[in-house]
Amino acid sequence: MDVRMKIVKRAVKEIEDGMYINLGIGMPTLAANEIPEDFHVMLQSENGLLGIGPYPTEEQLDPDLINAGKETVTAVKGAAFFDSAESFAMIRGGHIDLAILGGMEVSENGDLANWIIPGKMVKGMGGAMDLVHGVKKVIVVMEHVNKMGESKIKKQCSLPLTGQRVVKRLITDLAVFDFTEQGMVLTEVMEGATLEDIQAKTEAAFTIKEGLQ
Amino acid sequence: MAVNKVMQSFSEAIADIGDANTLIVGGFGLCGIPEKSIMALRDRGTKDLTVVSNNCGVDNWGLGLLLAGKQIKKMVSSYVGENKIFETQYLSGELEVELVPQGTLAERIRAGGAGIPAFFTQSGVGTPIAEGKEQRVFDGRTYIMERGIKGDFALVKAWKADTMGNLVFRKTSRNFNPLAAMAGKITIAEVEEIVQLGELDPDEIHTPGIYVKRVLLGSNYEKRIERKTVRAVIG
Repeated sequence: MDVRMKIVKRAVKEIEDGMYINLGIGMPTLAANEIPEDFHVMLQSENGLLGIGPYPTEEQLDPDLINAGKETVTAVKGAAFFDSAESFAMIRGGHIDLAILGGMEVSENGDLANWIIPGKMVKGMGGAMDLVHGVKKVIVVMEHVNKMGESKIKKQCSLPLTGQRVVKRLITDLAVFDFTEQGMVLTEVMEGATLEDIQAKTEAAFTIKEGLQ
Repeated sequence: MAVNKVMQSFSEAIADIGDANTLIVGGFGLCGIPEKSIMALRDRGTKDLTVVSNNCGVDNWGLGLLLAGKQIKKMVSSYVGENKIFETQYLSGELEVELVPQGTLAERIRAGGAGIPAFFTQSGVGTPIAEGKEQRVFDGRTYIMERGIKGDFALVKAWKADTMGNLVFRKTSRNFNPLAAMAGKITIAEVEEIVQLGELDPDEIHTPGIYVKRVLLGSNYEKRIERKTVRAVIG
């Protein structure tokens, strides 16, 4: 299984029946296809849809119906459309249960950087800065190291932040960490990884959950 | 109050938009953009515009058309990553950019239209967005102050209107349009269908006509799709 799908499959276990969920663009969006069929969950799209359905068939294709990644989608039974202020009212107001977002860097106190690399073209943060503060539980999914093999889990983020102390749980291809009052805690070693490997590839300081390994 | 706000010509409807005006423009990506008003503005050549809109179109469509003509001086947006001309003009310093978190942008436009000069939000705390902004602590949490936005004009796209400018939007093309409609001193709405007074059920109206000054019927909407994603039918 490829690394990204391994992360996605673990992230899907965070989804509970009955939840209202926002999935970020990219890897998090892949989680939508892995949600158990007997679960009733409603996926929110920041541009104004609660209840994202599968991609349309050619016949169903509708330019007036897209997701936050600007892809054409459908709406499920029970879906609702609304304007952008309403959309972020439900996000900021704490009505969304879970957000799964991508990351560039996460720090040991739960800071997240995922919107800009200085020196590269400015694209913008979209809704990420609103999501990290409003949603009840923010989970970040990302590869443990970058293309140069360097840890993306830092003592302090080197990139400009999306939010401070906003990440509740981080899922990588090697490990799962929780961010608690006592700091960052390793709670799971992913299949195929070892504790030594995780320690070598993690710049941030962390403790190990009691009883793990 | 004009009972009939319907105008026949897009070029007439946008004629009093002046150089250096601030425009609030509805749409998300290319979905729900006022494509006819934008093209009329391109044809007129109005310049030095400040444009408040979630995105800035693509190179050859939507607000990208105004960029190509160097008609925009400043963009206020949450995401501008789909546009090569944008990149060139931004890097050369011709184009000024203010990036605003999407929810903050929506609320700033809503607030502007609702007579609220400023509000506090957590979005952006501890990030470059907070620099220079007033901070306050409420219930143990830090918030930053953001200002409401008003425009000299707002350009919006709706699905249906009646002759008084009551608007109905369709699916996710609603997005920023109802907010933009509130925040323009003069709001110009273009639609796919104009119906007679009384034909819209008052319960179905998304934007009451009080916010809308001019209504225009557009034809042959292109509604370009940025990312066409489809699935195969099995069987």
